[in-house]
Amino acid sequence: MDILGKHGVIERNATLLFTLSLVVVCIGGIVEVAPLFYFQNTIEKVEGMRPYTPLELAGRDIYVREGCYVCHSQMIRPFRDETERYGHYSLAAESMYDHPFQWGSKRTGPDLARVGGRYSDEWHVEHLTDPQSLVPESIMPKYGFLAETDLDINNIAGSLKANAIVGVPYSEDAIANAQRDLVAQATPDADTSGLMARYTSVRAEDFDGNPTRITEMDALVAYLQMLGTLVDFSTYDAKANYR
Amino acid sequence: MSSKDIDQVTGVETTGHEWDGIKELNNPLPRWWLWTFYGCIVFALGYTVAFPAWPMISSATTGVLGYSSRADLDTDLAAAKAAQGDLLTRVAQTPAADILKDDALARFARAGGKSLFKVYCSQCHGTGATGSVGYPNLNDDEWIWGGSIEQIEATISHGARSPTDPDTHFNVMPNFGADGILTTPQIDVVARQVASLSGIKGGEATAEGAQLFADNCASCHGTNGEGMIALGGPSLNDQVWLYQGTLDAIRSQIQQPRHGVMPAWGTRLGETAVKQLAVYVHGLGGGQ
Repeated sequence: MDILGKHGVIERNATLLFTLSLVVVCIGGIVEVAPLFYFQNTIEKVEGMRPYTPLELAGRDIYVREGCYVCHSQMIRPFRDETERYGHYSLAAESMYDHPFQWGSKRTGPDLARVGGRYSDEWHVEHLTDPQSLVPESIMPKYGFLAETDLDINNIAGSLKANAIVGVPYSEDAIANAQRDLVAQATPDADTSGLMARYTSVRAEDFDGNPTRITEMDALVAYLQMLGTLVDFSTYDAKANYR
Repeated sequence: MSSKDIDQVTGVETTGHEWDGIKELNNPLPRWWLWTFYGCIVFALGYTVAFPAWPMISSATTGVLGYSSRADLDTDLAAAKAAQGDLLTRVAQTPAADILKDDALARFARAGGKSLFKVYCSQCHGTGATGSVGYPNLNDDEWIWGGSIEQIEATISHGARSPTDPDTHFNVMPNFGADGILTTPQIDVVARQVASLSGIKGGEATAEGAQLFADNCASCHGTNGEGMIALGGPSLNDQVWLYQGTLDAIRSQIQQPRHGVMPAWGTRLGETAVKQLAVYVHGLGGGQ
């Protein structure tokens, strides 16, 4: 008990208390954070993952701006009830280009990690405009204004560049053509050869049902329609990634 | 600090501090608390040995129990599948039409289809499958792509105008107004003709309307507007309307038609789940 009694020395010296607290916090931080930088098995090896297209990235920014994450998580946990409702549990690899990621442990609405392809574009537009018209039980707010707001496409190259700085593998080419790719993906019958060459499995269509404008609704629906659809699970080795 | 200062009244050591003549007793921690605390430390150490915890060179220790949440899930799923016995296998192996003939199997498939419907279909077709504007009601005997069990199964599996399935049901009604195929007065006449088939307010059968209908509509909707399942042309001679049964709605549908899109569920849910859904939807009342 004598050794334990010595803590009085630390408690009576503010500088020493602060320094030693810092040391303890650092040890915790190093043990929990540092291994994630050098571990090779944190992110599963999967096929199909690619960075977001400019339109999807713009949609993702709107998703974050409107606070969709406050009610919707994008993280299917490995439980039977969740996988049977939402699909295969989320992999770390699926959020590797997310800055910031959209995981969460609180859901007011359903998880959206695999919402892509589950509904038609028209459904999404109607549902975002007036959720209760399709799901009377829903308490989701209305986001009809997105369909009337033109998407600001002038900063999209900068958006890609910022993501490239934090590690998303956007090529020079992708950044230079960002605006063109964005317009091509949301315009019916546009020349999408460049877009398709730079990004795999892209859906290019008029997402909001209004071919004359590129609205924020176009971007958000494009983003929702690709969520969770990239990884090819036929080549995914589940047993090798047990943890 | 080392000299002990004992409180006269209680006989307990004090902390040695004094504020305004008040001293603080330095009672030892309650024993139960202290031992619980030590116990927690020991438990934590044991836990890190038993479960994945310590970061090493290339990965974390896996723990002597070899626990994995993902492996746990696979065990759970296998147990759930085993609990269903051979019923699920039999659903997979039996053609949908034969499932309907086997009461026990049909009951099982219907129950599975019912919960699948709540998860995947209710968002468009409604919790009670009553549909809404643009999304068909599945309780009636009016089917755009056919109401036999095989046709329902095909529709669920491949969807309608699905962008991801090459075998999807596909048709497009021409933009009669927007593309200038018919003039506005002609659209009005033919809309009234269509409305007259089912007695909608404003409907009026005319010789010109009948001619326009025969020239432009009959090839997909049938000579008398009875519909054509092979082409997915909805019937126009009853009270069931996808985009509302009013003269205005009919006019706007001819002017610039809306088209519904249904995702293809076959690749997503698998053949067995689609079959269960087909049995459930077929049994809602309108199955043929």
